[in-house]
Amino acid sequence: MTSAPVAGAFAATVARDRRRAKRKAAWRRRGLVLGLLSPWIVGFSVFFVYPLVTSAYLSLTHYDLLSTPRWVGLANYRFMFEDDQLVWPAIKNTLWLMVFYVPAQVLFAFGVALMLTRARRGVGVFRTIFYLPALVPTVAGTLGFVYLLNPATGPVNIALSHLGINGPLWFHSPQWSKPSLTLLGLWGIGNMMIIFLAALVDVSRQLYESAELDGAGPLQRMRWVTLPSISPVILFTLVIGVIDSLQYFTQAYVAASIAVGQSASQSAENLGYPENSTLFYPVLLYQQGFRYFNMGYASAMAMVLLAVALGVTLVILRSSRLWVFYQGARR
Amino acid sequence: MRRMTLAFASTIALVLVVFGASAQGAPRSAATAGSHTPVTISFWNGFTARELGLINKAVAGFHKQYPWITVKTTGALTADKLTAAIRGGNAPDAASLFETDTLGAFCSSGAFQDLTPYIKRDHLNMNLFPKTIRDYTAYQNKRCAMPLLADTYGLYYNKALFAKAGLKSPPRTVDQLAAYAKKLTQRNKDGSLKVVGFNPLDGWYENAPAHTGPMWGGQWMKGNTSNIAGDPGWAAWLRWQKKLIDWYGYNNLVKWQAGTGDEFSASNAFEVGKVAMNLDGEYRVAFVDAEHPDLKYGTAPLPTSRPSLYGSGFVIGTIMAIPKGSHHPNEAWLLEKYLATNTKALTGLSLGLKNVPSTLPSLKVPAVRKDPHFRVFLDIFANPKSSTQPVLKIGSQNQTLFATFVGKWQAGHVKPQDLHAGLANVDKQINDALKQSGQVP
Repeated sequence: MTSAPVAGAFAATVARDRRRAKRKAAWRRRGLVLGLLSPWIVGFSVFFVYPLVTSAYLSLTHYDLLSTPRWVGLANYRFMFEDDQLVWPAIKNTLWLMVFYVPAQVLFAFGVALMLTRARRGVGVFRTIFYLPALVPTVAGTLGFVYLLNPATGPVNIALSHLGINGPLWFHSPQWSKPSLTLLGLWGIGNMMIIFLAALVDVSRQLYESAELDGAGPLQRMRWVTLPSISPVILFTLVIGVIDSLQYFTQAYVAASIAVGQSASQSAENLGYPENSTLFYPVLLYQQGFRYFNMGYASAMAMVLLAVALGVTLVILRSSRLWVFYQGARR
Repeated sequence: MRRMTLAFASTIALVLVVFGASAQGAPRSAATAGSHTPVTISFWNGFTARELGLINKAVAGFHKQYPWITVKTTGALTADKLTAAIRGGNAPDAASLFETDTLGAFCSSGAFQDLTPYIKRDHLNMNLFPKTIRDYTAYQNKRCAMPLLADTYGLYYNKALFAKAGLKSPPRTVDQLAAYAKKLTQRNKDGSLKVVGFNPLDGWYENAPAHTGPMWGGQWMKGNTSNIAGDPGWAAWLRWQKKLIDWYGYNNLVKWQAGTGDEFSASNAFEVGKVAMNLDGEYRVAFVDAEHPDLKYGTAPLPTSRPSLYGSGFVIGTIMAIPKGSHHPNEAWLLEKYLATNTKALTGLSLGLKNVPSTLPSLKVPAVRKDPHFRVFLDIFANPKSSTQPVLKIGSQNQTLFATFVGKWQAGHVKPQDLHAGLANVDKQINDALKQSGQVP
């Protein structure tokens, strides 16, 4: 009479113990995962989450780096969009980089990589030559270009004058300063070129052979084989290029400081020379935060920059569904 | 037992509160002014190499006078480094900065201590210093800094080029300056500029609104607001400047300028004879002596738009302060007072660094007045009409905003009829920035 309830209770106990053991095992697994992830979690929290949250908070304060932040609500954002007359030129200059500088870099790097895949002799030498500028420190490279493009004594304008061409003022002209920086950027495409080269070498020979059998010429092979095959790499270089352009600082800072022809202490007051044509968004942000002790406002600028970077990257990634092809994936 | 614990805890809390409050209180200067307990203080400053050696020499003189205070100096200080040190609670006992522009931010935030209690305690006569110095070492009547030598700006002219052009003495008016500049200019066969009489382009070497403005009596502020458009001096300067630039040709001038050597090198355009007249600081005398001792040149006050202004000029200088967190503010004050006012120390520093000594009595020391090139700058410094830049919470932002407009103006990208509107917009930008910083309500 009593065996059925006893057996039921026993079964329930066993089931409960099993559930407990399962839960324990699950917790142990979670603990292990967390333990293994902890170096990353610590790094991510300390170097990303904390600065991001702090920056977001500081953007709502007046903070001069020296005294306690004072809450001002959205005043910094209002000042940015309503009163600060330098923000829009800085945004325009940064947009210029995104529209001209980044595509020029991608195209040039792709072109050089393509040429290197076709070369039959001295490939190693050419690869080294085109990659070497990437090893030159940014400041040194920029100084070199300011010297090369000096309108009075630079070899480029001297060479142009021998051809009867009156060379431009380069870094001293608001029309030419950004193209001068673009030339500097094209010179330093080594890393991008190596990525393209690896992608081009990886394109399947069979695809080219099939296309040839179908009667495709060089342009058609490029259009229907090469570009689709390396499209993930194009997407990668584009995203990295856009993010880099949103953070463009060192070259602009050095070029303006040197070209203006003042001592180092004073030239920092001439960032953006000539006529704010090289005043990019990060340069203005630095100027506000570290030159004018306006860190609250600089933090607001940083938050907007983060939002824009996120937005642009999302747009590029969304659009990539239309033009990026992954091997083995279905469209 | 419980009561005893509570009483003990309360006593501890009370002690902590009392000591905590006293630690954060007013400078303990008055309390420890007479203490001769041996102490080592830190003095961070911007000097390096040979110049730091000269500072150390002056500091040795201080140690002789105050043997219980040993000073440990550290050079190459910048405003960024000092900001980080103050924020990190590792501030030096005394600090000296070249970046005078930053005083407004340091002073308004309390990062530099108010020196008034020390000045009052020691009955220091601040009239030892010209008004310009008193102006650039205080922010809104709060004296947060003391001067450590000064820079003044004048005109350097090449005597050989003057003789070649048939000119005997330096120009005294801005009209003469323009006429002399044209006479002294030499062109190459292709029309490019070989020697420029005077380069009016703003942004080159020491050509900056703050340095040029005093020639036209330009004043930056009216009360608490920017008044560049309201002061006729600035517009007069810009019209004069544009006229001379157009005579050279803007592109010609920029091209010539790009080919000139680094300002602080032996290739300096004035030192190598590429520019006949140049606006520069008193320190250039030392550079010429060291790099081109054979150069035949003269110095003079900058030409002015009004005869009454002649002899005056722009004055600025290095500052010394006691940062928040200084462990020995009283000893730091003694050091700063010594370096700012001791005539012997100032003479030694002035002769070594070739900067203007910052007190009026030290200007009369024969050794300092010996070099006629240098003497001109001492007189500009002492001139009651000499001026300096305003000390603002926004640092040098007002100068940058104005310089940006000048850059557009001189390139011909602002129509002459739009000059006043452009200057008014510069004022608006500066006033907006002042408002945003909280300096102006």
